[in-house]
This record gives sequence, C-alpha cells and structure tokens, in this order.
Amino acid sequence: MTKPVSEQSEHLPQGWEMVIGLEVHAELATESKMFSPAKNEFGAAPNTNVHPVCLGLPGTLPVVNRKAVEYSIRIGLALGCEIGRCVWSRKNYFYPDMPKDYQISQYDLPLNGEGELELPSGLTIGIERAHMEEDTGKSTHVGESGRIHDAGYSLVDYNRSGVPLIEIVSKPDLRSPAQAKEYVEELRSVLVAVGASDGKMEEGSMRVDANVSVRPLGSDELRTRCEIKNVNSLRSLTRAIEYEAKRHVDLYDAEERPVQETRHWDEEAGRTRPGRSKENAEDYRYFPDPDLVPLEPSAEWIEEIRASLPALPKQRRESLMALGASALSAGVITQRDLDTLALETVELGADAAKVLKHCENNLADEQASQLDAPRFAALVKMESAGELTATQAKTVLAEMLESDKSPADIAAEHGFEAMDTSELEGLVSKVIEESPGEWQRFCEGDASVRGKLQGFFVGQIMKATQGKADGKAINKILAEKASS
Amino acid sequence: MSEVNFASVIETTAAVAKGDVSATEATQQALKKIEQDDAKINAFNTVASDSALAQAAAVDEKIASGQPVGPLAGLPIAVKDVICTEGIETTCSSNILRGWVPPYDATVVEKLKAADAIIVGKTNCDEFAMGSSNESSAFGPVLNPRDLSRVPGGSSGGAAAAVASGMVAASLGTDTGGSVRQPASFCGVVGLKPTYGGVSRYGLIAYASSFDTVGVIGNSVADAALLHDTLAGQDVRDSTSLPGARESVSDAVEASQDLKGLKVGVIKELNGSGLAGFEPEVVDRFRASVDTVVAAGADVEEISIPAIEATLGAYYMLVPSEASSNLARFDGVRYGHRASGGNTAEMMRATRTEGFGAEVQRRIMLGTYALSAGYYDAYYAKASRLRAKLIADFAAIYSEYDVLMCPTSPCVAFELGAKEDPLSMYLVDIATIPANLVGAPAISVPFGTGAADMPVGIQMIGPKFGEGTICRVAKAIEEAKND
Repeated sequence: MTKPVSEQSEHLPQGWEMVIGLEVHAELATESKMFSPAKNEFGAAPNTNVHPVCLGLPGTLPVVNRKAVEYSIRIGLALGCEIGRCVWSRKNYFYPDMPKDYQISQYDLPLNGEGELELPSGLTIGIERAHMEEDTGKSTHVGESGRIHDAGYSLVDYNRSGVPLIEIVSKPDLRSPAQAKEYVEELRSVLVAVGASDGKMEEGSMRVDANVSVRPLGSDELRTRCEIKNVNSLRSLTRAIEYEAKRHVDLYDAEERPVQETRHWDEEAGRTRPGRSKENAEDYRYFPDPDLVPLEPSAEWIEEIRASLPALPKQRRESLMALGASALSAGVITQRDLDTLALETVELGADAAKVLKHCENNLADEQASQLDAPRFAALVKMESAGELTATQAKTVLAEMLESDKSPADIAAEHGFEAMDTSELEGLVSKVIEESPGEWQRFCEGDASVRGKLQGFFVGQIMKATQGKADGKAINKILAEKASS
Repeated sequence: MSEVNFASVIETTAAVAKGDVSATEATQQALKKIEQDDAKINAFNTVASDSALAQAAAVDEKIASGQPVGPLAGLPIAVKDVICTEGIETTCSSNILRGWVPPYDATVVEKLKAADAIIVGKTNCDEFAMGSSNESSAFGPVLNPRDLSRVPGGSSGGAAAAVASGMVAASLGTDTGGSVRQPASFCGVVGLKPTYGGVSRYGLIAYASSFDTVGVIGNSVADAALLHDTLAGQDVRDSTSLPGARESVSDAVEASQDLKGLKVGVIKELNGSGLAGFEPEVVDRFRASVDTVVAAGADVEEISIPAIEATLGAYYMLVPSEASSNLARFDGVRYGHRASGGNTAEMMRATRTEGFGAEVQRRIMLGTYALSAGYYDAYYAKASRLRAKLIADFAAIYSEYDVLMCPTSPCVAFELGAKEDPLSMYLVDIATIPANLVGAPAISVPFGTGAADMPVGIQMIGPKFGEGTICRVAKAIEEAKND
C-alpha cells in the first residue's frame, strides 16, 4: 500500500503539482426506485416509470428501498468504510427536474464513512464517505444554448427521478489525470464486482465530478478548488483535469487566484466554463428529513452481506500475481473476467506463464464462457510439450472458441505437428543456400541489419513449412550457423 | 324514509345497519343539509355529491346482497381539504393548488372507504393548515355555527363547523399544533388528536411532517373513539408510523366505569395560575371539569412543567422550517397554479408569490431563515434541543401520571378579524402545541360555555398510545356535563 506522494505534474510547469479529489455518483442496480415503487430502468419512454411518490405529488411519503441500502453496504464493505447509523437529510433547492424541490440525501451522518481504494498500480486512495441519495429527473432545455436560462421551453422526464444513487467522495489524494482515470476504472470494477451498479458512464449510470486545485510541488496546503461537472467519459475527465489545473497555474502566475466555484466541461471547446454565478451561491439548508427515521443497519445484517461478497478486483489481481503475472497484466486479465479461467487452468497443471500470456494477448472480454479449463489446459500442455508452436497454439485457441473440438483435433486438422530439429535444420540450410547474399549480410551485419534479415529468413522458412516451424527454434539454428 | 339525526356516528351507522334508512338516503340527507346550511357557514370547499351517491349505492348493494359491511357503513363523513381523495379536488384551501385532483387516496381515506363510510366533501381550513381561526383560507373564512360573527377556530375550522352544525356526524381533521382540538373546543364538539405515528400520514399534504397527525371530530367521545379505531394502525407507506398492536379505544371507553386508580396531573402553567392570557370563564370551567374528574375517583394533583413556557418559540421555529421545505414543491411546474411568462426561475417565483397567501408566505420565510447557513444552530438546532428536553420531561412525568389536563384554548371563539397581529394569533396555541412537540395523544371535550356563551373545551394529554386513557377521562367529563 502506497499513499500518494508529491509528484511533479508532466502537464504543468516545473514546480507545480495537482491535487484532485473525485465525486463519483453511481446509480444502484435495484428493481425499483430509492423511495418509490416505480421501476428503476434505463431507456423507457419518457415519464412512464413514475409513481406519485417519485413525482413528489402532495401528500406522498418516501419509504427506503432495502435493496438499495444493501447495495450501498456492499460498496461500503468493498471500500473498507466504517458503516453505521445514518440520517436522511433534505438538500433544498429549486429545480424543475426535482419534483419536491429538495433532494433526499445524507449529510452529516452518511451510511459509509471513511475507507480506501487500492489501485492496480499500488496507490491507495482515501475515501471520505459514500452516502446514499435519490437522483433527479432529466431536463431537456429547448433553445439556443441548451441551458435553462434562455430556453424557449423545457421538457422534463421523471423516469430517473428517485433512482437510487451512491455518491462516493474520495479524499484529495490523486495527483494526475492518469491516476484519476485509474481510480475511476478501479472503482467501476468494484461496483460491478459487488453487483451494486452496472457502472455505465455512457448511459449516465456512473457520473464523475472532479475537484481540482494545484499547489507548489512538495507543499501540503490545500488551495482553492473548482468542481468540474459535465464530465461524461474517462477521456473528458483527463482532459478536463489537465485543462483546469493549467488554468489555476496560469492564474497564480498572473498573481491572481481561482475562485471556488462549479465549472462545466465543454468537450467541444476543450475548456471549462463557470457554472452557477456567485450571486446565486446556493444555501442548501440541509436538515434531517422528518418523513424518514434514521437508518441503523444491524451488525448481523452487515456481517451477512459481508459473507456474501464475491472476491474483489484487488484480491483477484493478487491471485494472478501469485502465479507470476505482473501488476499490469493481472489488471488486464481481471478486467476481462478471465482470472477464474486462468486460475482453474493452472490448477490443472498447465504452465502458468503460458496461460497468463494467452489470457493477456489472445483472449478478449467475456470469452471465458466460450472456453473451459480442461480444454484450455490441454492446449497449453501441448504447447509446453513442443507439440505446438506459440503461433500454432494461438490459431488453435481461436478455433477452440468457435467450437467444442479438442485442441488435438484442431491441430490435426491443420496438420500442425511438431517438426523435429534435424528436419528444420535441413530446411534452414536450404533457404540459406537459395539466398547467399542475404546470408552474407546476415553474418557480417550489425545488430539492426541482422534483425531485419532474421525476419526475412524466418519468414521464408515459415512459408516453406506452412507456419508449422517454431520461430524460436529457427532463430537458434540461424544463430548457431552464423557463428560456426 | 326516516329522518337521520346526524348527531351521532353510532346511531347513524346503527340506523343504516338495521335498514331504518339506506346509505343512499343518509347521504342524500347530508347533501341536502349541506346545501341548505353551508351557504352561510362555508364549511365545505368541495361537495362531492356524485361520488358520494355512487359510494352509497355500492354500500346499499352490499347490504341488499347480504354481504358484510364495514363499521362505518352509510355514514356521511367530511374530510379536511388537506387530505388526498382520489378523483375529488384537494386544494389545501390555497390558490396554488386550486383545481388539483389527486390520482390517489390517502391511507386514512382508503380506510374510511374500506369501513363503508361515505365521503360527502372536503372541508375548508386555514391555507395549508396554517392558522388558528380559519381566516387564512383562500376560500374565505368559515363561520362558527354557534355565532356567525365568530371564528370556528382552526385550522380544521370547516371540519369542526360541519359537525357542530349537524351537516355531518363526523369529520377528519389534521392536528399539527392544535388544529383538531382548538376548533373542536371553539365549536363545542369533540376532537381527538392521535399519538404521532399512530395514524398514517400518507396522503396528508404535509405542513410540518414531524408534527402532523390525522385526527377526528365528532359529537361524542364514543364517536371519536370509533372513528379513531377505524383509522389507526401502522402503514408501510409511512416510515414514521409506529408498529405495535393498538388497543381498541372504543372498548376502553365502553368498559370504563369510573376513574379510580387513575393519576391525573393538572398542568400549573396552563391552568390560569401560570402563564397569562387565560380567560377567567375558561379557567372557571376548567376547575369545574377537574372537580368532576375528582368526583369520578381520579387522584388529581397540580404539576409544573416549566419548559412549557418556551414551547411556543420552539414550535414556531421548527414547524415553519419543515413547512418551508414541504411547500417547496408548489412551484407551478407539475400541477396547480402556474404564473405566466419569464424563464423557469421567474415563473416559479411568480407562481409562489401569486399562489400563496400572506400567512403561508410568512411561515415559509420564517422557516427558510431558520434553516439558513449561519442561523441553523441558533434557531433550528436550538429549538430541536428544546423539543428533545420537552420529550424527556413528559416521559418522566408519564412515569408518575396517567393523564395531564388543561384547557384546550386560553380563550373561547373570538370574533372574525379580532386577531390581526400574527403573534397574538400564535399565542392562542399555547395549550395545544405541547402535545404536538412531544407526539402525545390529546383530546378536547366540550364542558359548558364561557364568555359570550361560547363553548369551552377541556383537554386531556396522554402518553404514547394512551388514547384509551384520555378518552376515559374525557367521557367522565362529558357525562358530568350531561347530568
């Protein structure tokens, strides 16, 4: 576990570092809404997934969705948060897509307190809190700018109104756009792994706001930050952070200061713009929601949920690293959900390095279901025994995904057979004889010439053997012949 | 067809059950009486003749086919216009909601319908239940049936006046700071406010969520008990409704012989010898009521609850705070009144400026201020601590006493326009708000008259789920009055 350290930003002039904290909103994958029996579903016709409660009709009252609380506890446990008694609070402000003109959220007593998230690179990022709240509806402002203030008219879809959300607030521990991206990716993997959210940024079920400030390298001060909203992809996130941090440095260089404000990322223009004006600074008048009672999950319930948690991405990566995978490839393989297959295959006696290499280079997301460990192990064992070259193994593996055939049958169909060394030596000699000029340059040339010509000879021999030869063996013979 | 005397829930339902009168006939008579008398009293905002008659016909059909009917079968009943009724306009007596027809029934309305009661209309009240005289209604004031120059009390003024004038035998009111008990006292009828959480609030348009309760108004303690029993119970749609078995209040009232063994505390601050402002005639009637309770065998003592003095301040911080948030949704976007022109923010501002009356705007402003950054601790948080202290004080008192007693109101019904200054109006609530601050059940029962021959109400306040006990004491007082 490594805590973030001061880091000169590659995007900023010498002597500056970035300080980034992220607020990630994730919609919880419940059947119904946070406080209402209406369906929680993406993509339905506007205003069809509604009920008097999530429309905020007069007289209606909220009732907490137990599943949403369970999902939030799953997330809290995965992030190592302190979980305890929490109080629902009202966040008051007027907006047409918020039917009650207040949002039910958690304020001074959130469900999940402090925790942390360890990233694949080994950095540990602090979690400030992860609280529950309800989503707003969705407005479409019809007018020139698409903004509410000069809209000709606005349309509101309340399908999203009241969808359960968890807001995960990180500490200002991130130091670069790349770390921010890694944090979001890892958090997304955790949310998906515990089954609490589908984590789809493109459908808006996961949304990220970035708090950005800068400071002199090595300082521990926290300077004025700006909150960047409207960041709809990881690419936007990294661009927005980079832009905003530079803007701050430019301000300090000009002996000005950034003002604390919410800014919107304009993807097309590649810049952030001020959001609400300072004159309209919001006072949300938080107070405990008198329609709800404090939520106090019992210790038994929390333990029951803990016991049902699947292995988390971090634990899964660690299992692969125990087989010798690098942190990076362990991350890739886990991301593709191939880790269980890899572990089972190695368990059956297949060579771990070869298994990991196939998973990283030759298998894509969700292909684990098209392959089982015994067939995969049979393939890798053939490869280890020298019955298949690496190239042949890759070809066979690709066909194994398309059918139930055994690797031996597929290899036989292709006529893939191990070529014995003497046969290969004869072939190499023949090719050398046919290309004496190339051979001379190969023997006398420097490393780069030799490298190019090695490719030429391997290609010729592969052609002659219809790809059956082992590239490594050819290289070995070529080297022996050249030095003899 | 025999004439129904809407003086009693129990007699009306018995007449229907025996077949002396059909549900349809009972309903027609109630509708006729409303038509005759309400032009001068103004108790109803909406009279739901068609749906009432359809409901009555369905009840008669049930009776004719021998199916079992509910305990309130054929009873015409009025519902305060802050409680949602499916298909019947519900306005909160406010211009901002005028014309709104809820697509759903409040839980208490569902329960009335399940009991086969007939909903004849929606009663006038102070706008959003904010007031103590029914003068803040956008539909005009309700007049006191006893003296048309006087107010019926509030905020459930229409509900109390409808019963007091004999248009209906029963009505539902709501009580946030005395809004059932005080108008019952002013109109000379019985008003019962339940334990907070005892009756579902689902479908009651919120004024102050942690204070609001649905109460009942009738002509007798027995009627109030029966109505309450029909409404009580936990509701999964209201997270603040309380679990646990409820005793039958009707049974407790019926079984009660005397008050022997009951320990009754008379609240010193509210009996005329403590806080100022209690009319001498009210104090006289109260002392006489205490005598009847002693005569019925109760052990009565005077007790002091010094925290009562600060309750009015705490109440008028917390209630407007909740109201400022609860009433935010009336913004012209989805339902009700919408002002024309401007962008969205301007439309919302204009809608609320036009749609809300002066008293509602005053309380929204007060509450918004109390919750604002920099003021929260001094106002909202401090008032909450005071409330917590009062709850603790009452809990300690109830470990020694079964019931507390005081007058319902320091005064009898006053003349329209007599209390123009909002503060003097707020002071009228001094004896009723403690029960709302602590969530206790309380009842007002008439006991003779005071100044200008206007009725005086006596209040009993009980511990959580102590409805049966307060009703027993109320019944003893009611019987003494009848002697």
